[in-house]
Formats: sequence, structure tokens, C-alpha cells
Amino acid sequence: MTMRERFYALAGAALEDDERVAIVLAAIGAGAIPEHPRLYDVGIREQLMIGVAAGLALEGYRPVAHSYATFLIERPWEQIKLDLSHNDLGAVLVSNGASYDDSRSGRTHHAPEDVALLATLPGWRIEVPGHPDELERSFARALRGNDRVYIRTSLEENPAPVPDDGLVVLRRASRPGPLVLAVGPTLAPTLSATADLDVDLAYLTTVRPFPRIELRTALAGRDEVALVEPYLAGTSAAEVGAALADRRHRVLAIGIENPELRRYGTPGEHRAAHGLDARGIRARLERFLG
Amino acid sequence: MTAASQLGYDDLPALLGRMTGDEKHSPAAFSTLDVLWVLYDRVLCDSDRFLLSKGHGPNAYYAVLAAKGLIPVDDLDSFGSFESPLGYHPDRVVLPAATISSGSLGHGLPIAVGVALSGRRTFVLVGDGELDEGSNWEAVQYAGRIRLARLTAVVVDNASATYGWPGGIEQRFALEGWWANRVDGRDHEALATALNDEHPDAPACVVAEIRR
Repeated sequence: MTMRERFYALAGAALEDDERVAIVLAAIGAGAIPEHPRLYDVGIREQLMIGVAAGLALEGYRPVAHSYATFLIERPWEQIKLDLSHNDLGAVLVSNGASYDDSRSGRTHHAPEDVALLATLPGWRIEVPGHPDELERSFARALRGNDRVYIRTSLEENPAPVPDDGLVVLRRASRPGPLVLAVGPTLAPTLSATADLDVDLAYLTTVRPFPRIELRTALAGRDEVALVEPYLAGTSAAEVGAALADRRHRVLAIGIENPELRRYGTPGEHRAAHGLDARGIRARLERFLG
Repeated sequence: MTAASQLGYDDLPALLGRMTGDEKHSPAAFSTLDVLWVLYDRVLCDSDRFLLSKGHGPNAYYAVLAAKGLIPVDDLDSFGSFESPLGYHPDRVVLPAATISSGSLGHGLPIAVGVALSGRRTFVLVGDGELDEGSNWEAVQYAGRIRLARLTAVVVDNASATYGWPGGIEQRFALEGWWANRVDGRDHEALATALNDEHPDAPACVVAEIRR
């Protein structure tokens, strides 16, 4: 079961178990969640989807809105900025599609910019799970709160979940050296890319608020960070810079550098073209490490 | 100034003057003033929600809120200043009497649909120029199709839409399944009657015409 499918199952259960929860859809996902009085499919109207979520939040509900990342975050951008953020209303936005999941659908269904865009707004919690179990933890936590949460699901996932939240150090090098920080589903190729490299390896799913203090703790005085993010390259580079502003440091930001790839094909071909497969990550790391 | 609870329609020009420094304001200077007054004086109950979508020129809104004792009258003097809760567009976080923050057009009606889905009797004020924004029509279509009877949209029509609404705005709402009516936007009796009308099977649109 993919993260997206797990989300649909969890959303249906949440409607039954928690009378605070309301789901707002804009056609996408409508057939995947059983009908319920608090499941509202507004049709292909994404601006309305966010507005309705805001209105439900005004009345004390915990609205969950869902669509492709591009139709959830980018098309109704001003509704997210004003109806939710400026009005100080909480909601849970859960996307599918990620950067190139629907590779054959082309650019119109790809959203490598979504996290960078949403990160311009203060107060959003942005979660990039790398496994359906992590998605389940993120979604359960989001439903309990009243804040603004974005959960980005992907068809790309790691073979096993990481059981802990926050910035998790998975492996320590034999001697002090660079820290490779993999976000969400980039962990699997990053593990392969670094299998025989003597580097620290850490994992992160909650990218906003960025764990600046945890990063400093994990670095333990060292000054080299290689970020591996499954969306626009550099999305979290400024956060790393802010965390290490008091000392000289080096940052490598691996991610998508050319959103206008203009290719179809498979997700694997896109991953390789963006240098986000193990081979591409390895090549960037070798150049960075010298 | 008399106690807030005693202020009436005739006090509104003086309240408006506190925001602009102009003591000679007539109600006619503000297209929304009569609709807002009738809503707060003769229509809204404590359990209702009112959303001002047309956040431009909120002086009339602030004056009515002050007259009804929902914000301190003295706050009007600070209108637009750095420390004031009363800006050129309302911000609900600093002005709790405002249900929503507004100013960018085309947001209030979609939010009102969400509020009405919760079961609240919900009123939203939009302008005829504001209806140029396509986001409104997503809300009009959906609310009409699902027969969202707890929702009433008041359209203040002062013929400010760039290309007009040939045949009348109300026809477009009616086509989408709304109960739709046009009244004189200065006629308090007509406004109160239209806004209090029962419409058990469909959302209602009251076009309040303001002749310029």
C-alpha cells in the first residue's frame, strides 16, 4: 500500500472516529474515501477547496484538504496564504504526486517547488514522510492539533520506516567528517550512495520548522553538511546556513535543479535525470568531499 | 457621544467622520452602509455568522460595529494608524469582531460556504466588481448544486464591475440554483424583508442595488 493509499484509508477512519475531522476534496481522491456527511467533494474547484477548509476551521472542525501537490499548493496559493495563514486558521493539507511521481503526465502534474513555496509562509509544519508508517504518524499527529500542516506523500518510499521523529542520526563515521542529511524518500538512494563512504548519515521528515538546534547537535562542532531533498535543490539550504551562521561551513544542496525537464518516461528515469538516484547522489558527494 | 448600545443609524455619519475627519459624511458615500446596518440591526442573531468579503473601504463596517457596541467607538479615531486594530482592510486576528480578514477580493464567499456547511446560518457581503474574480463562481456553483440553504450572499451592486453584468447578477445566481432577488440597497424595509426571507431549499442571493 502506497503512502497515498494509506492516507485514504486513514482519512476514512478519521471521519468515523473523530467528529472534529472534515475532509475537503476537489475531485482527486473522491472515489477512494467512503462517502460520509463530513466528506465534501467540491468538484474541480481548488480555490473553493481551501476556502471551504478555512470556513470549516472557523467553526471548530479539523479540515483535511487533499489533491496533487501542484493543485493543492500552487493553484490555490493565495487561498493558502490568506484564508488559512493570514486568517490564522488551521488545516491539514495532504498531497500526492510529489516532484515527478506521475512522470508520464509531464510538468503539469509535477510540483518540485511546493515545499519551497509553502516554506515562505510562517508557522507551517511541513512533513515529507519516506514510508507509509511515517505518513501514518504524521497524519495522526496533524489531526490532534489545530495548526497548519502540510504532508507530502510520494510513490517513492524507503524499504523500512524510521521509528523516531526529528533529525535522526542513523550512522556515525569512524572519524569526524561531513554529515549527509537525507529527507524523506531520498533515504533509500542515499543509503546506497554512501554505503562505503565514511560519513555521518542522518534522516529528516519534518523539514519545517527546520531543526536547527538538532542539526548543530548532530554536527557536534563539524562544519560540512550535504542535504539530499526530493524537491527543489536548496529548499532547506538557507535553514542550514541559519543554523550555522556563527561559523564557517560548507553546504551541498542536492535536489531538483531543472523543474522544466520536458521528459515523460518512468519515475526512475526522472530520478536519474535529476541526479537523485544513488549514482547521482554519489557523484555529487564525491565532488563535494574532494 | 452617547453610550454605544444607544447608537442608531443617524449616528453613523458622525462615526464615519471620526475615521476620515470629515464631519459631513452622508450614508450615501458608502455603498455598503445601509446593507451592513440592516444586517446588524434587523437580521443577524448571535448564532449567525457574517463575513465581509468586500474588505475594501471598511469604514462603514467599522462604524456599524461601533454603533452596535462590538468595538470601542474610540478605536475609530485611530483608523489606519500603526497601533490600530482598524486597518484599510480588516484583520480578524487584531479585530476579533471581524469574522474573517479580507481585502483581496473573491475569498469571503468560498469561506462562507465552509462555514455554512457546518450548519450555521451564514451571511456574506460581496461587491458586483468583486464578482469578476473567478473564485466566487466556484462557490456559487457548488453552493447552488448542493442546495446550501443556510447561506445568503448579499451582493452590493454599484455597477463597478469592469465589464458589467448584462442581464443582472441575480440571473447568474438563479441559473446556478440560488434563490435570487434584487432590492433597493438603500431601502431598509426591502433589505430586511429580503434578508430575512425563508429559503429552505436553496442558498439566497440578495442583490442590493446602489444607484450612483
